[in-house]
Amino acid sequence: MHELGIAASILETVQAEALRHPAGRITKVGVKIGELCGVDRDALQFGFEVLVKDTEWEPVVLELEYIPRVQRCSKCRHEFRMTEFDPQCPQCGEFLTDCIGGEELDIAYMEVDE
Amino acid sequence: MNRIEVEKKVLNENQILAEQLRERYRQLGVLCINLISAPGSGKTALLERTLERMDKGSRVAVLTGDLQTENDAKRLAKFGFPVKQITTGGTCHLDAKMIGKHLEDWKLEDLDLLIVENVGNLVCPSSYDLGEDAKIVLLSTSEGEDKPLKYPSIFLKSELMLLTKIDLLPYVPFNADVARENARRIHPQMEIIDVSSTTGEGLDRWMEWLQARQERAKAKLQTVHS
Repeated sequence: MHELGIAASILETVQAEALRHPAGRITKVGVKIGELCGVDRDALQFGFEVLVKDTEWEPVVLELEYIPRVQRCSKCRHEFRMTEFDPQCPQCGEFLTDCIGGEELDIAYMEVDE
Repeated sequence: MNRIEVEKKVLNENQILAEQLRERYRQLGVLCINLISAPGSGKTALLERTLERMDKGSRVAVLTGDLQTENDAKRLAKFGFPVKQITTGGTCHLDAKMIGKHLEDWKLEDLDLLIVENVGNLVCPSSYDLGEDAKIVLLSTSEGEDKPLKYPSIFLKSELMLLTKIDLLPYVPFNADVARENARRIHPQMEIIDVSSTTGEGLDRWMEWLQARQERAKAKLQTVHS
């Protein structure tokens, strides 16, 4: 339910970037959405479309890249995709593993027609 | 077509404000905690019992968030410590800007402990850093044991889980062992304390946890100054 606010933050970043490319036109913004970031992709996409509709930003496409949760074993350093909330290292059996991916909520790139 | 790498947090603005708050707390040795739970898990009841147990001279203040009403602030103001309600209007979480704004007319240097009671919601508050030292999640025995599995983000980000309303255990079909196991599956290193705001069970341990964290915040301050 906070996706509209997040969509607005993304749009603000697009607008700020647009000022740096006065001759160009931003066509796409790529955002990384981690499994754990608590943001619903459909709601975010919908929120963004509502915000840009009937504005000069309407041509900007929001592209979402889903980042799954990845753990790193504290013992053998093995990195693995965590499924079913099972933190155990599949290689050595250690339970203490750290989350190293899946918390992203980052603007990765933009595409500009110049 | 030109591709520009940006690599910027979507909530960059919030993150900057949160880091500024964190730095102010650190410089003054203030411990800030952010209490998060579903509506009705007992955040306000826990705070009532917490404030009740504080010495009268304790330098503690509370910011409490809700969509509407000043009810929680009224409940908490009875204990004589500064309390301010943040009514978000419709927003489902607190953000760093709201915290900064509501701290404006308080002197942070007069505080040792700032407690933020977030809006009752297990989803959105987990995305917003408020500059706190620790997020604390509450799970009550009148909820499902699988809440940590359903809302993993907030359990992953919280340092401590308070299992609340444990006085109800004989009357509800809630398996506390399963709940703790689920929480540890998400976050193996998370501390868990069982509490009841009704009977007072477990509150000593909770107060000790708070005390230890406050001492840690102060110790950091001394290291900075020496």
